[in-house]
Amino acid sequence: MTHQDTGRASEPAAQIDGDAAAAFLSHEGRPESLRHAPGPYFGDYGGRWMPESLIAALDELQETFEAAKADPEFTAQVAELNATYAGRPSLLTEAKSFAAHAGGVRVFLKREDLNHTGSHKINNVLGQALLAKRMGKTRVIAETGAGQHGVASATAAALLGLECVVYMGAEDTRRQALNVARMQLLGAEVIPVTNGSQTLKDAINDALRDWVANVDTTHYLLGTAAGAHPFPAMVRYFHEVIGEEARAQILEQTGKLPDAVCACVGGGSNAIGIFHGFLDDPSVRLYGFEAGGDGVESGRHAATITLGRPGVLHGARSYLMQDEYGQTMESHSISAGLDYPGVGPEHAYLADIGRASYEPVTDREAMDAFQLLCRTEGIIPAIETAHALAGALKVGQRLAADLAPGEQASDKVIIVNLSGRGDKDVATAAEYFDLLPDDSAEQEIAQEGEQL
Amino acid sequence: MKTLSSKAAAAVEKARSEGRAALIGYLPAGFPDVPTTIEAALTMAANGVDLIEIGIPYSDPVMDGRVIQDATVQALAAGFTVPQIYDVVRGITSATDVPVLVMTYWNPVMRMGVREFASRLAEAGGAGLITPDLIPDEAAEWMAVSDEFGLDRVYLVAPSTSQARMRSTVEASRGFVYGVSVMGITGARTSVGAAARAVVDDAHAAGAERVCVGLGVSSAAQVAEIARYADGVIVGTALVAALRDGGVPAVAALCKDLSTGTGKNPS
Repeated sequence: MTHQDTGRASEPAAQIDGDAAAAFLSHEGRPESLRHAPGPYFGDYGGRWMPESLIAALDELQETFEAAKADPEFTAQVAELNATYAGRPSLLTEAKSFAAHAGGVRVFLKREDLNHTGSHKINNVLGQALLAKRMGKTRVIAETGAGQHGVASATAAALLGLECVVYMGAEDTRRQALNVARMQLLGAEVIPVTNGSQTLKDAINDALRDWVANVDTTHYLLGTAAGAHPFPAMVRYFHEVIGEEARAQILEQTGKLPDAVCACVGGGSNAIGIFHGFLDDPSVRLYGFEAGGDGVESGRHAATITLGRPGVLHGARSYLMQDEYGQTMESHSISAGLDYPGVGPEHAYLADIGRASYEPVTDREAMDAFQLLCRTEGIIPAIETAHALAGALKVGQRLAADLAPGEQASDKVIIVNLSGRGDKDVATAAEYFDLLPDDSAEQEIAQEGEQL
Repeated sequence: MKTLSSKAAAAVEKARSEGRAALIGYLPAGFPDVPTTIEAALTMAANGVDLIEIGIPYSDPVMDGRVIQDATVQALAAGFTVPQIYDVVRGITSATDVPVLVMTYWNPVMRMGVREFASRLAEAGGAGLITPDLIPDEAAEWMAVSDEFGLDRVYLVAPSTSQARMRSTVEASRGFVYGVSVMGITGARTSVGAAARAVVDDAHAAGAERVCVGLGVSSAAQVAEIARYADGVIVGTALVAALRDGGVPAVAALCKDLSTGTGKNPS
């Protein structure tokens, strides 16, 4: 499967400016607000492309979720866990030295890396684990690539007394041995997936196979804002707190809305979470940065919206990396968390209508931004997040090059969703920057792609 | 359930007129290669199979267990491409009157274009599609196109299917309704359990004229048990394993054996 079809059904606007967004938002026949889109469809995307056997479980989940949202006890429970367990609200930190490399605009980091378990993932797993309990389910299953969502799921399961099984590509379980150990320490069972290409998408396939067979007792705790309805809208709901906090914090710290919001996009959960706070603010440009891998021209990438075309995978219609026959292609990225050939359907919609722009960032660009943030701000970001940082550098430089008369670069404000911390990526980064002695044990691990 | 010009319905009704449940045999296209798929399918037809189901190998077969996954991975690795399904279907239908349904996950159809896919399938003599990850709720285009080309549309119903969904799915189906015997994926099981009978009864109650049961059926004894209450019995994994382990002769032997169980009133 080497043929990448670059054709697409309809050309979305490559860029958006404030005027276009305003035009969209006021356009007759379109919804006044883009916020809280309920699904199942986001324009032509989303839906339920799933086996009939699972439809009843999806219906049950949807009903439970809708009832929970309207139940003050549930929303209070989520707020309580966010405040006293996950560590919310997360900080909004201005990155002044880093910003000097972004054309001199002001750059603020939404610090999801400071959450318990080290990323935004905790928002979603706590919410879904609570829903699992409301449904009377005693077991949760999850997929994981590098292990971040698996660790978060195991954490939530441990906290709430649920059995937890995590599906993970066999190759990844070997490369991510320490994250496997982490999940096991938290009481989860990790099942190596040896089917298909043995990657994240195959881990999702095996989780779905488990779910079909055990749906009476089991909730599938999907880790991103993709999959069949209600997952995309539900996962977004639990991450909306990111954008709500960020909007209030930036108004408090700068007295105005940002010019741009940047996030990395694999499945797209951290991005949709922070975008959501600004969807109805047409002056705020939204940028999603996909994994460009070795470069989109190389064929080795995960730039799903940039180069994919609409199709169905794992229950939703969305952009998809597929060959000319509709077979899913393997994605490639230095970041395991972005290494997925699909993307959440709401992002596909936001791309088509031009409300958000999606661009690829190569491994090299991401790693340069990774090192820059370490050195300038004393923050080691996740390699996933480094894609958003690399994108923010470009956006900042563009904003600075396009100032109106009388405007200063320092009048411009960018928020970057710092979706996760980079502790897990230290070995990968040390190997990438050739920091390890040739005979060290760490080097041996790093060569196998270990992400500590 | 519409019966007009349904090849699949005709095959099930023919079996019924002979006092039997229909025997439906599944093989994936291109395993181990296209000529062998055709030869094995014709062998099934010559040994008691009333309706042939040919699967399109797909990168993400979430409803399939290990045996069928391994076979389809092998077919794809050997270079099978989706348009070869028409070679397989034509190869079978040009040599036998036993109808051929294609089982496919939806993305390959969507990628080619539903209308083009259907038009070429009809031209190759195919009877229609079995769609494991397409529910009628998402199937507006397929509903229209299958009417246009007179193709059967076999949807699945499961032990978890609600009464309302049972009615709407039966209504949307043509040919027969595919009753999933257990909550799970394809693969041989020692028992198909009571859930299968409940699914068949519910589908009949919802108006289905023909309900065929699949998933987990591997032996003549299981066929005999299901034939008592269902209109057809679908065998997949066991046939794939037979082809894998013993080639076409093993498929012939298994079909002969399975077909001994189809009688409605076993003596």
